[in-house]
Amino acid sequence: MPLIGVLAMQGAFAEHVRALEKAGARTRLVRTREDLEGLDGIVLPGGESTTMTMLMERVGLLEPLRDAIGGGLPTLATCAGMIVLAREIADGMGDQRGLGLLDIAVRRNGYGRQVDSFEAPLQIAGMDGKTFPGVFIRAPLVERTGDVEVVAEHDGHPVAVRHGRITALGFHPELSGDLRLHREFVRLASGSR
Amino acid sequence: MKGSFKVKSGLAQMLKGGVIMDVVTPEHARIAQEAGACAVMALERVPADIRKEGGVARMSDPDLIKSIMATVTIPVMAKCRIGHFVEAQVLEALGIDYIDESEVLTPADEENHIDKHPFKVPFVCGCRDLGEAARRIAEGAAMIRTKGEAGTGNVVEAVRHARAVNAGIRKLRGMNHAELVREAKQIGAPVEVLAECQKLGRLPVVNFAAGGIATPADAALMMQLGVDGVFVGSGIFKSEDPLKRAKAIVAATTYHDRPDVIAEVSAGLGEAMRGLEIPAIPKDELLAARGW
Repeated sequence: MPLIGVLAMQGAFAEHVRALEKAGARTRLVRTREDLEGLDGIVLPGGESTTMTMLMERVGLLEPLRDAIGGGLPTLATCAGMIVLAREIADGMGDQRGLGLLDIAVRRNGYGRQVDSFEAPLQIAGMDGKTFPGVFIRAPLVERTGDVEVVAEHDGHPVAVRHGRITALGFHPELSGDLRLHREFVRLASGSR
Repeated sequence: MKGSFKVKSGLAQMLKGGVIMDVVTPEHARIAQEAGACAVMALERVPADIRKEGGVARMSDPDLIKSIMATVTIPVMAKCRIGHFVEAQVLEALGIDYIDESEVLTPADEENHIDKHPFKVPFVCGCRDLGEAARRIAEGAAMIRTKGEAGTGNVVEAVRHARAVNAGIRKLRGMNHAELVREAKQIGAPVEVLAECQKLGRLPVVNFAAGGIATPADAALMMQLGVDGVFVGSGIFKSEDPLKRAKAIVAATTYHDRPDVIAEVSAGLGEAMRGLEIPAIPKDELLAARGW
């Protein structure tokens, strides 16, 4: 059974823990660099990307996390997690910079404010043809993609991208009650050893 | 589909483990964001000043709210009076991210809270115990917070309210349906909401602490009592060094189970807000008693 870390600076980390455990993984909350040791995968959850990034910088977690993910640790990032991974961030806070590991440009709250948050069924490539319930909450808009594979789109914009062992989603599978993406990630992490 | 309960309660789930700070100017909002706040509450006066100055406290000037919304990228909340559904409509029209139907403002209706279901924007409401939380959830609240006693810098009431909610949920354990119906009657709560609390072993929506949190240790205390995050009102900008204190409270919320970290961030913060003893407040000036 793979051990998946869930970044727990702030945000919906408990929801990911529940989904991962249902999908057959063991989990560990990640709050320090020591927590990264021995993981088979990591989830960067939704929340506020500014809050998460600043806390990681303050406690010296940002660089070790970049090294781990850059070194091939399987990673599932949702919403704010996608922003944290992105190479370019538009409409972020001042000089907001994250891990810069994923060749995409995102616009924070690119779909609008909370009143524009929405649900929409998504067609995800390689997923048995049945739609996936997309829950978008103050979601980032992917404005440019480079060296990544787009696996789902909504209204002509990418909402799920993949690069190597990184999967980044603009929506929240952990709120959807649908475990397919978590199961797939647990499978990927199981094979990473 | 926009405005579903899933996306309304979902935003609160994204705020978990974070600190929501009261701000009265765009400059405050910038400091709060820089300190790591997961959202800000846009207000004309912090509760400590509302308490001091008295008079009718109403929704803030839309210009102030808009200027704060334009300043930060994190969610912006604003307060409307209990029962004042038109103030809520105005806040929704402004595109605010969350409405706090708050006892800190002067109530507009002494019997009814707002029917929060028809709104696309989510609501957070205060509570003192499980019955009150369940009534607000039945009215459509997508997030709950303790009332505490705002503007006092005294955490004692927030502790009382968080413990009361926990005790109320613990009491449901093992009850059969008939007993649940009786409990619902006794605490004035809809039985459907209680059944959900019983199943989950917690409130079905995100639950923050609010009202009197002034130090990093206060925030960590509330987190260890089981809340999902904290609101800090007057505690930050009524203190000597707001940025430093705000950063410390953010760190203590994340590392709430690490006394060594709390010790480190609590050192050298300068003076906290002065604070008030609850018994020194005249009964009719207690904010937590507002709301029904």
